Amino acid sequence: MPTFERLLFLWGLLALAPQTPSSLPHPAERHYAASCAGCHGPQGEGASGPSLAQAGLERAATEQALFDVIRNGIVGTEMPGTRHFTDEEVRQVADYVRSLGRAAVRAASGNAARGEELVRAKGGCQKCHTLRGRGGSLGPDLTEIGARRSPAYLRAALLDPEAAVPDNFSTYRWVTVIPDNFLQLRVSTRDGRRITGARVNEDAFSIQIRDLDGRHYSFWKDELAEIRKDWGKSPMPSFRKTFSDAELDDVVAWLLSLRGGS
Amino acid sequence: MRRAILALTLAAPLAAQVSYERILRAASEPANWLTYSGGYAGHRHSRLAQITPANVARLKPVWTYQANNLNKFETSPLAIDGVLYISEPPSNAAALDGRTGRPLWFYRRSIPPEVRACCGQVNRGLAVLDDSLFLGTLDAHLVALDLKTGRVRWDTTVADYKLGYSITVAPLAVKDKILIGVSGGELGVRGLIDAYDAKTGRRLWRFWTVPGPGEAGNETWAGDSWKTGAAATWITGSFDPETNLIFWGTGNPGPDYDGDVRQGDNLYSDSLVALDADTGTLRWHFQFTPHDVHDWDSNQVPVLFDKFVATANRNGFYYVLERATGKFLAGREFGKQTWSKGLDDRGRPVVIPNTEPTAKGVMIYPGMHGATNWFSPAYNPNTGTFFVAVREEPTVFFKGPSKYSPGAFFFGGSIRGVRGLEPSGSIKALKAASGELEWQFLMHSPPWGGLLSTAGGLVFGGSAEGYFFALDSPSGRPLWRYPTGGAIFANPVTYVVNGKQHVSIASGHSLFAFAVE
Repeated sequence: MPTFERLLFLWGLLALAPQTPSSLPHPAERHYAASCAGCHGPQGEGASGPSLAQAGLERAATEQALFDVIRNGIVGTEMPGTRHFTDEEVRQVADYVRSLGRAAVRAASGNAARGEELVRAKGGCQKCHTLRGRGGSLGPDLTEIGARRSPAYLRAALLDPEAAVPDNFSTYRWVTVIPDNFLQLRVSTRDGRRITGARVNEDAFSIQIRDLDGRHYSFWKDELAEIRKDWGKSPMPSFRKTFSDAELDDVVAWLLSLRGGS
Repeated sequence: MRRAILALTLAAPLAAQVSYERILRAASEPANWLTYSGGYAGHRHSRLAQITPANVARLKPVWTYQANNLNKFETSPLAIDGVLYISEPPSNAAALDGRTGRPLWFYRRSIPPEVRACCGQVNRGLAVLDDSLFLGTLDAHLVALDLKTGRVRWDTTVADYKLGYSITVAPLAVKDKILIGVSGGELGVRGLIDAYDAKTGRRLWRFWTVPGPGEAGNETWAGDSWKTGAAATWITGSFDPETNLIFWGTGNPGPDYDGDVRQGDNLYSDSLVALDADTGTLRWHFQFTPHDVHDWDSNQVPVLFDKFVATANRNGFYYVLERATGKFLAGREFGKQTWSKGLDDRGRPVVIPNTEPTAKGVMIYPGMHGATNWFSPAYNPNTGTFFVAVREEPTVFFKGPSKYSPGAFFFGGSIRGVRGLEPSGSIKALKAASGELEWQFLMHSPPWGGLLSTAGGLVFGGSAEGYFFALDSPSGRPLWRYPTGGAIFANPVTYVVNGKQHVSIASGHSLFAFAVE
């Protein structure tokens, strides 16, 4: 490689590095900040979206796979596609995401095996959450949670569940087939019954609810006297007093290991 | 022999000619639905009154026809003497027997894989004139089909799809001409409205919605930005025979979210243009959103009544203009909006500072998809009521780099929904002369379906959750609903088959026809 091109190449790498202070960031960095950082964190450390600051990305092992994920999103997750990027921009963002993985990452410090036991026994998490096909359906399925959330986000969610209520409205959708925000409802029927639970689905004329015992209800709205929607509420308790700091580390380590499959 | 004569008699209506005079008087033959909006005035209203608030509870599906493609099914059927003529995604067409829904012919067009359409490979319907149907295609052609057989009469290129042009709009037949617009507002095209000779497919005139150098309005674009100024024309316009004017809405300026590269008002984006029907000459224009940076296309069906043209715009305001001159007469907010303090006495929005997209994102109502969108409003001439499906959904708008490359997306930014904020919607009835609210019916999700008004006293609409429903027009009270099972991205129509009023709407990947049992 001629010297000039090599310099240009090195300059390019520098420009892509996330640590580079610059008053005029590389376009890829601006695209990342606008379209990716909201869920994956400004430095790819992860937030509601998984950390990208790791050497290997599970769903994007190859360059083509990473391109496809950025272009098309991941069906069934909160990851949207980016039809507003040109192919060149997708490639630039992919390079930038790879550069985030080259930064040093602090590994989760807990003991996953101990975490598994805490989740099963002391936490009683499976009363409401499904893990690998077993457990309740009041809250989200956690079987792939390690591939979807960052350690800091999981820890915060355990301490303050209402700061981490699932919500996909930030991802643009033409239509919502099934809402995925586990909205808590209190309804009373015209004949005087009261039901508390999570919304399963809703439209202009009807509403479907699952109560705390997992029973399903379906009402035409004109059968109901009142529908109260508890936005931002979660039936999940805080585990601040249940788990010690060290135990929280263990639980987070176990949750992070949950990446689908069995 | 006797049977043969009977068959001929039954077949005769199939060969009927749909003359310009018939379309001109479409309101007086409500058994048929002869043009996109049911008539040149854009009312989507029918004089049919067999279905009423008293019997609508007995409205039942009589047939369902499944499309052969899984893109959104946005067709607005034409109904001519007992036969429905529809477009199907991506750019196909079919004739369906109105009694059974059975196809009578099918036109299939293969679309080059490199065609780019911003929002799905869709088509909104056909136009008819004499014994031909007209279809705009995703590869930006206009095709004339034999009404009886679906065979191609002519096929003409409107624009080059490699530059980002496509066609999804239903054409409009006026006199001896076929009018057509283009899509491509997210790909830096230069918008246009064309008129073609219905007999030959020869182009008769073209109106560029972005004026070139030396033309009035070109000075509203900084530098060469007019070249990629968009202002696409993807919803069918209206026609006023009295003034001989075509009214047609234009879309967002390009790039969508980055206004820095196109300083100025950006005429004639987000405007209503009034063109001479014979020559395509611009008589007047009215711009709803000067220098738009929120993708608020003004691609809505213009509604003509009295001496006015009215529209409920994607930007959240309802407008009444003088039809002959474009003079602003009245305006009023009809949907939630946070970008403007209101309209000044010339109808220009008083923009609130710091509402334009930024690198960090700015949340604005209405969102990118607007307070309403392309789906049709309806107007009841008996009561002077304007019905509109309203979306209440904010968007976070981001400004990003914009680099034009022919045939590639040219957004200049991006959008995102708002965490924790569930979008909603409604059907609203407005006093047409003022925009004042008469009633509203609350929807759950923001709607994507248009409305149909009938002299029977009903307003039909569709929801994103798949309900096709009827409201009582004076009160907005829901009277009937049918769960179709798919999201509705289409406009309803009504017509008569075998003496019975039918209503029809596309939903999911099917077309449904209903009648009272």
